[in-house]
Amino acid sequence: MKSFNRRSVVTLAAAALLLAGCGGGGQESNNAGSGGGASSGGKVTVEWWTIHNIDPMLGVWNGLVKDYQAKHPNVTIKVNAMNVENFKSKLTTVTQSGKAPHLFHTWGGGVLAQQVEAGLVKDITSDIASWSDTLSPVALSAYQIDGKTYGVPHDLGMVGFWYNKKLFAKAGIDAPPATWTEFLDDVKKLKAAGIAPIALAGKAKWPGHYYWAYLAMRVAGLDALKQAAETKSFENPDFVTAGQKLKELTALEPFQPGFLGADYDKPDGQAATIGNGKAAMELMGQWAPSVQRDTSKDLGEDLGFFPFPAVEGGKGAATEAFGGGGGVAVGADAPPEAIDFLKFISEPDNHRKGVKTGAIFPAVKGTEDAVTDQHAKLVTESLNKATGYQLYLDQAYPPAVGQQVNDSVAELIAGSKTPEQVVADITTAAKSE
Amino acid sequence: MKPETLAADKRPAQPGPRRARPSSDGGGAAGRRRNRRRTLMTITLFLLPALVLFVLLVLAPILLAAYASVFKWNGFGGLPTNFIGLDNFTRMFEDPVFLGDLWRGLILIVLSLVVQLPLALGLALLLNQPMRGRAFYRLLFFAPYVLSEVITAVLFTMFFSPERGLANEMLSMIGLEELSSTWLSDPSSVMYSVFIVMTWKYFGFHMILYLAGRQGIPNELIEAAQLDGATGWKVFRHVTLPLLGPTIRISAFLSIIGAIQLFDLVWVLTEGGPIHSSETMAITMFTFGFGRYQVGYASAISVVMFLISLVFALGYQRFVLRRDTEGAITGMRDQR
Repeated sequence: MKSFNRRSVVTLAAAALLLAGCGGGGQESNNAGSGGGASSGGKVTVEWWTIHNIDPMLGVWNGLVKDYQAKHPNVTIKVNAMNVENFKSKLTTVTQSGKAPHLFHTWGGGVLAQQVEAGLVKDITSDIASWSDTLSPVALSAYQIDGKTYGVPHDLGMVGFWYNKKLFAKAGIDAPPATWTEFLDDVKKLKAAGIAPIALAGKAKWPGHYYWAYLAMRVAGLDALKQAAETKSFENPDFVTAGQKLKELTALEPFQPGFLGADYDKPDGQAATIGNGKAAMELMGQWAPSVQRDTSKDLGEDLGFFPFPAVEGGKGAATEAFGGGGGVAVGADAPPEAIDFLKFISEPDNHRKGVKTGAIFPAVKGTEDAVTDQHAKLVTESLNKATGYQLYLDQAYPPAVGQQVNDSVAELIAGSKTPEQVVADITTAAKSE
Repeated sequence: MKPETLAADKRPAQPGPRRARPSSDGGGAAGRRRNRRRTLMTITLFLLPALVLFVLLVLAPILLAAYASVFKWNGFGGLPTNFIGLDNFTRMFEDPVFLGDLWRGLILIVLSLVVQLPLALGLALLLNQPMRGRAFYRLLFFAPYVLSEVITAVLFTMFFSPERGLANEMLSMIGLEELSSTWLSDPSSVMYSVFIVMTWKYFGFHMILYLAGRQGIPNELIEAAQLDGATGWKVFRHVTLPLLGPTIRISAFLSIIGAIQLFDLVWVLTEGGPIHSSETMAITMFTFGFGRYQVGYASAISVVMFLISLVFALGYQRFVLRRDTEGAITGMRDQR
């Protein structure tokens, strides 16, 4: 049975490829002309590159693909699932030829902007106009550049502090900190109680950039971060202050021993350090509980969540959230069926199937009720209160700038760069783009 | 004229067809040309598959990288257009990370030559002595080389784990707690930890090379030296070592080239960190190419890597390996 299915799929795909090859030129011009009108009725294959290469999400997507194909027998959706690193390098290789897959995963921001500039991505603003208001506007905003939409979101989360309630109680802390001063006090209390206050994956670099990014949001405000990207200059005293605040923290030596070589999701990495109760908190995204569970233990009830504290006298509010999600971008020469499929997976009931697994977070309005996991609920509650949103800096900015932020902040945390040098280095990288 | 032509006919090793049909065309200049063309065609035909692969998979990428290295290019969409001359190269030699790469590469090369190769040589000579379980030890020491780089690196990240790694446990068991360290997490010691892993991984390979070389030395020579009254060390210094010369030169060559191109082991161990202190040229190239999407700059790094390897390889062959290859090359020339 199985082999029969596989063979028939291959035959179908081959037939579709042949057909597409025969009528290639005509169909393409047709697409370009009508701007994604009604489907032509012929066989169509839509290639989709996703990073959800493991269950539960891979199963959910495959199920939805099956449902869609049952409704549209002429369409074949070819799911190509790979892990993030593979996806990134494979996409880079393929796009060098000037072509992109019909549908591919995107985090929005600077990478998407470069792909748009290279003419790889389709402007779908008008194609999705009839249903785009069912999507969460915050989630959608990551895929909008200069007022045009280039992707459809299916996930939205945020970064915050995940903490071990038991260890906090042991150190005599009764409530999570609301301000940076309180936060530093709590770090001192934890240290005094002989507990490593924070787990950090120094090897991976990106978890460290969360600290600087959040401090920059709190001290300088969201507008300053946006403006810095536009003027390509981070020479703003507020960003230096953000670095100094981070130095105040690192001066307390709050991280677990050997954190500079620690990975994020390895057996002795950041997530496992929290799961095993060897450190009291980590600043991490919505996926933190599931990675803790996978690499060590599930803290269950003992795991709490609090948003990044406010910085006294800063321009940003404590309700402004930082994070990201995931979406699907549409390749420049994708058939209209590709966009129709995105509409299908964005229908509330279909989106709920993914949200229910706890692996993705609501990006479609009114699907919050599908969040059942206790930890996931904490994130959704915080997100619902959010008054502003900032995409991960290493995604929001062009890749070279984003990586420079990660590198420089890692150097700041390791003590080999000053807050002023961090700002200067990021500015140099931004200017060279 | 005629005898000369005949002589010329005989000199080159003519292929079969000529001899099979010796005088159908009278053996004139035209026939010789036709035959030469046939030979050329045969050669081309047999070379073609390998040649096509070589051009597509080796030459073309090198040329493409060289081309991309003079552009500012993020790798998206079609060929690069923003020509910036040699800016990528000047930028590279002003970048402390890249200069650090060169310095770290040099450290690795020196350590390999001074520590790893002598260790392999010593073990090879030891395992050449008649002893119990010799085959077992040979197998054991060679085993790490068979493991893949990635598995080795994952293994050693656990071994060096500061929390519960075997390295620190072992040190405290034999009462050397003060030597325990954070290994891969300490910018000042990470290179040496990486070198330990490299040595563990590759010494078995060099050991096997030396072992093979040692076994190629006839025992008569050693016996003769011993009869002349040479002691163990003198036999090693004046008989074994010089005769192992070709093997040592090749093994040093492979070791140096390997150090220049080191990537996967370090990438999995440390990703070049902490704060660039274990980064190699290949890692810098990868992070710029696939992390920052600065494919032009990354290509420039790869071109420099290629040139360093090429210059080194040619120089080494010209000056160090000349004695070893002399027989082969000059011999061929004589036959021609």
